[in-house]
Amino acid sequence: MLRRVRGGHHPARRDSYAAFLLPGTLAFLAVVILPFAMNTGISFTDWRGVGTPDWTGLDNYRRLAGDAAFWESFRHSVAMVVAMAVLPTFLGLVLAAALFDYIGKHFGSRWAAVLRACFYLPQVLPIAVAGIVWSWILAPENGSLNELLKAVGLGSLQQDWLGDPDLALYGVMAVMVWVQIGFPLVVFMAGLQRVDPGLYEAAELDGAGWWRRFWHITLPQIRPEIYVVLVWCTIAALKVFGAVYVLTKGGPGGATNVPSYFSFQNFFEKTQVGYGSAVSTVLTALILALALIGLRLQTRAEDEDR
Amino acid sequence: MCVGAAFMVLPFAIVALNAVKSPAEYSAGGPLSLPEGLYLDGLKDFWQRVDFGQKLVNSVLISGSVAAGAVVLSVLNAYAIGIGRIKGRPYVLAFFVLANMLPQEALVYPVYYLSKQVGLYDTRLSVIIVFTVVQAAFGTYLLASVLGSFPREVIEAARIDGANKWQVLWRVVVPVSRPTIGVLLVFFFIWTWNEFLLPLVMLISNDNQTVSVALGVLQGQRLMDATMTNAAALLGVLPAIVFFLLFQRTLTRGIAVGAVK
Repeated sequence: MLRRVRGGHHPARRDSYAAFLLPGTLAFLAVVILPFAMNTGISFTDWRGVGTPDWTGLDNYRRLAGDAAFWESFRHSVAMVVAMAVLPTFLGLVLAAALFDYIGKHFGSRWAAVLRACFYLPQVLPIAVAGIVWSWILAPENGSLNELLKAVGLGSLQQDWLGDPDLALYGVMAVMVWVQIGFPLVVFMAGLQRVDPGLYEAAELDGAGWWRRFWHITLPQIRPEIYVVLVWCTIAALKVFGAVYVLTKGGPGGATNVPSYFSFQNFFEKTQVGYGSAVSTVLTALILALALIGLRLQTRAEDEDR
Repeated sequence: MCVGAAFMVLPFAIVALNAVKSPAEYSAGGPLSLPEGLYLDGLKDFWQRVDFGQKLVNSVLISGSVAAGAVVLSVLNAYAIGIGRIKGRPYVLAFFVLANMLPQEALVYPVYYLSKQVGLYDTRLSVIIVFTVVQAAFGTYLLASVLGSFPREVIEAARIDGANKWQVLWRVVVPVSRPTIGVLLVFFFIWTWNEFLLPLVMLISNDNQTVSVALGVLQGQRLMDATMTNAAALLGVLPAIVFFLLFQRTLTRGIAVGAVK
């Protein structure tokens, strides 16, 4: 490719634009590909971050396979997928349909836009700030949620929401639903703009109730968006780090640990860099596989759409 | 519906309410009482204690540089892919998408190690470089698909008028693509502002930290009392609300474009 770069005077020569790709490619090699390759390489070694890494082959991976803490962190990933992809997609669908098909029609699009904005707001918030807000609200003593429960006479339900090993994961999940829900909502509402209003009118004339319209019109019409949102959110859920760091630091006792935080701990707290790299390599493989499936699904959905 | 929306903004309201209470008021009335007046010393104390002004400067500097740099890089890449239609462009495109989806955990240690080797560790520049490239991956993907449907006649016409490729790019393609570029600028700025893991690892000295990292680290250490927590939360929330009000349209439009492309 590079040899042809200079032939730029023939507009017909397709590769003559390759020069424009050069800065991007070099930057990519240096900042993404090289570190990624290094990370994979390090995962086959025993290394504490200083000195020469010891080649140990698949030892780290063997250790991973038998590490209960690692498997637990992956189980928590599944919980995060529920909290960040499954629930927000479902709730986002219902809310988007309600905003579009009901609020928008009966109260005007301004109201729909205002409500949409309320749901979207947490999405622009740094996760560190969301973490501060929620860990204070969920605090065991003087936390707003507990105070609220007491105020309405449900004081017996007060809990240490993020400090109780049995509850902490649900606490983090609840916060993530709050953080995440605006994204699918906005995407679905934009998708619904494409839908022919005649479809809804015809269905209404035929006496179809709200749920039937939702099921037979909304869902099939925005299927491509549903795929995209599910894949994007699932990937985001597998990567989740900041929320765990600020809310619980993986605790109590590993009850909310996730693979990304687990690898961070190995890198910077336990200085088991080789082991941490193995964790992040497994995580990456999983995410890339998902991304590929997602890209596939997306192209197929778009093809069917046409 | 409205209850749901109210529930979404309730946390913001509670934070705002408590950020203007004095510690005495807070301990007397708890988090749910209404403030008796405006008590701003908590905010002031917190601002000075964490040198919040400096953190804002760092965040603006880093996010602004990344947004500008990543847009330039995305434009160059997308020009080659979308308009130049270079060979194997589906693969090039897929490569950029996948690079964007890599978890930062798989880059963070080598980036940390390499930046120490070249003397960029704990500099704002190190974070700027990394995020410029990472954000450009998404920008390339989005812009390339937009430019793929760019009217060819316009480009042919400019070429016949004697413009070279570089001129066509800056005088024709970029001006016409301004709406998409605007969306990308806003997104890159906000995403970089909100980034946590890499800045947490790379920016250890107080003078270089961003707003997100400074607040996250404080929270992680659990050194804050209730008044400070609220001051921190309010000051962290405010820039986000400002972005939100300024760019609401761009944001919602951009998300839709990004998702459907």
